[in-house]
Amino acid sequence: MAEILVLVDHLDGEVKKVTLELLTLARRHGEPAAVWVGPGYAAAKDKLAEYGAAKVYEAADEELTSYVVAPKAELLAQLVADGSPAAVLVPATAEGKEVAGRLAVKIGSGVLTDVVDVADGFTGEHSIFGGSVIAHAKVKTGLPIIAVRPNAVSPQPAPATPVEEQVSVTLSDAAKAAKIVERVVQEKGDRPELTEAAVVVSGGRGVGGAENFKIIEDLADSLGAAVGASRAATDAGWYPHQFQVGQTGKTVSPQLYIAVGISGAIQHRAGMQTSKTIVAINKDPEAPIFELVDYGVVGDLFQVAPQLTEEIKKRK
Amino acid sequence: MNIVVCVKQVPDTETTRTLKSDDRTLDRAAADGVLNELDEYAVEEALRIKEAHGGEVTVLTMGPDKATDTIRKALSMGADKAVHLTDEALVGSDALQTSYAIQQVLGRTGFDLVVLGSESTDARTGVLAAMLAERLGVPQLSLANKVEIDGSSIRVQRQTDYGYDKVEATLPAVVSVVEKINEPRYPSFKGIMAAKKKPFETLGIADAGIDAAQVGLANAATEVVDFAEAPPRERGQIVKDEGEGGVAAAEFLASKKFI
Ligand SMILES: Cc1cc2nc3c(=O)[nH]c(=O)nc-3n(C[C@H](O)[C@H](O)[C@H](O)COP(=O)(O)OP(=O)(O)OC[C@H]3O[C@@H](n4cnc5c(N)ncnc54)[C@H](O)[C@@H]3O)c2cc1C
Ligand SMILES: Nc1ncnc2c1ncn2[C@@H]1O[C@H](COP(=O)(O)O)[C@@H](O)[C@H]1O
Repeated sequence: MAEILVLVDHLDGEVKKVTLELLTLARRHGEPAAVWVGPGYAAAKDKLAEYGAAKVYEAADEELTSYVVAPKAELLAQLVADGSPAAVLVPATAEGKEVAGRLAVKIGSGVLTDVVDVADGFTGEHSIFGGSVIAHAKVKTGLPIIAVRPNAVSPQPAPATPVEEQVSVTLSDAAKAAKIVERVVQEKGDRPELTEAAVVVSGGRGVGGAENFKIIEDLADSLGAAVGASRAATDAGWYPHQFQVGQTGKTVSPQLYIAVGISGAIQHRAGMQTSKTIVAINKDPEAPIFELVDYGVVGDLFQVAPQLTEEIKKRK
Repeated sequence: MNIVVCVKQVPDTETTRTLKSDDRTLDRAAADGVLNELDEYAVEEALRIKEAHGGEVTVLTMGPDKATDTIRKALSMGADKAVHLTDEALVGSDALQTSYAIQQVLGRTGFDLVVLGSESTDARTGVLAAMLAERLGVPQLSLANKVEIDGSSIRVQRQTDYGYDKVEATLPAVVSVVEKINEPRYPSFKGIMAAKKKPFETLGIADAGIDAAQVGLANAATEVVDFAEAPPRERGQIVKDEGEGGVAAAEFLASKKFI
């Protein structure tokens, strides 16, 4: 079976759930080969094995993570040239897509971005125009390079014993042109990671201020959920940008999404409408978010949300 | 400083967007074309850099004839001149080909800095800045929420999933900006009038030295094989809060086994 390269997404050795999703997807089409970039593989080894990595290419050199994106593309291009993979899968995060773009130029291949599923023949399914159209696309030239949206497939364990191979790359000068001099990791606290959480509670302009986000956090904590925010809320500085859900924020697809004081603009919907169950609290019965919901409460969030939090706690 | 800002005309997000049934490319006639909202931040940042460091801002777009409206908007915000690459042969080009075509035009204009938006709201690929940097062999300073230039050195804050990275490089460079970077200005009446007289160059593929075999639908590296409207979501239950709305919502969550 042909190898399928899977670029591992991790932060200092902590493997992101999307990686497990990509390995699961890769198994359907070939033999998953995880590509590890940077230090920290030892801690992640078991996780990759558990989710079926038949092979791991470990490129441990710290230099590969010291420059913006380009080294990862150079590494992948080398692996493509040395082996004969059938496809390359990367996470459709902002950075993953950039890696895909550079790799596509390097090896002269087409790239599919933001795919939600991969069918036979590496046909990618896309959900476009804010989810209103489903399109299928294929790579005609070269090797399929496919960026897959986080949370699009559910990860399934399939224990394997990966063959490990150390790889090194001699970076070109061009790959070292944009140097990362400092990495600032903003605290996410004790809550689950936004893109990985089973439940997300998001607040919007209706929340009215940074201090009121406590209402959203309390509701989230009662459900063990992650907190999200609309762009109106992050632009106003009420909540940090990395919690923004939507077109220019993160795409989430949890089991349950609760939108509080969010109108449901198309750009917000683009980041959450594939959530399995959607609940909204909004005082405006005409808010477009109600077109999407499984359950909606028309009312004042300052009344409804705390009451909901209390009731959830009571029932536990 | 020679600053080139790449802008795209996209169908208005607020209108119903679709693909054409014959060639499965974007139906540009069906929706109003507007300046990609995310490119307004790129134009604004280019203007601010010019205001601080001197130089000239050139607007570059590849797109159909009617994309001139979009170019005019960028000129009326304050850009100095425009280059419009337009040719039947370009129709249906994908990201890989667009990056090649734009690279060719940049070969003509020259640049110290190329500024792009973070993504186009129609295709939403978000790859062009990375592809251009790769092709041009210059630093990729993408997803910037802050840009600082000092002589030939440039520093940006790159927005990441976990916070941000501080990145350093030397000009020339490709920068893409996120919407948190600035507040785009509105064109003034004076700006709108002045835009009509600014230099405006229209190029076909031959003028830009673009190989016809490397662009267009027939040569694209990707193809859309089919598309259909997504099934609408079933409308759920909506209740009005009469004092017990929170309890009712909890009831629903319990019925779905979330609590
Ligand atoms: C290119 C582009 C990209 C964008 N990307 C994103 C993105 O990634 N994410 C995103 O979210 N947006 C994005 N937007 C912005 C988007 O268009 C909307 O402006 C934004 O989502 C609105 O946020 P909101 O729903 O919180 O605010 P509003 O639209 O102002 O809605 C607030 C809602 O709160 C309700 N409300 C007010 N007070 C109360 C109360 N006391 N109780 C109950 N309800 C109340 C109101 O009825 C209203 O429906 C983007 C826009 C553009 C142009
Ligand atoms: N046809 C085009 N002409 C000029 N610039 C473009 C074009 N397409 C994309 N861009 C630029 O590339 C950015 C990213 O676009 P994309 O990779 O298509 O999501 C946009 O914000 C624009 O700045």
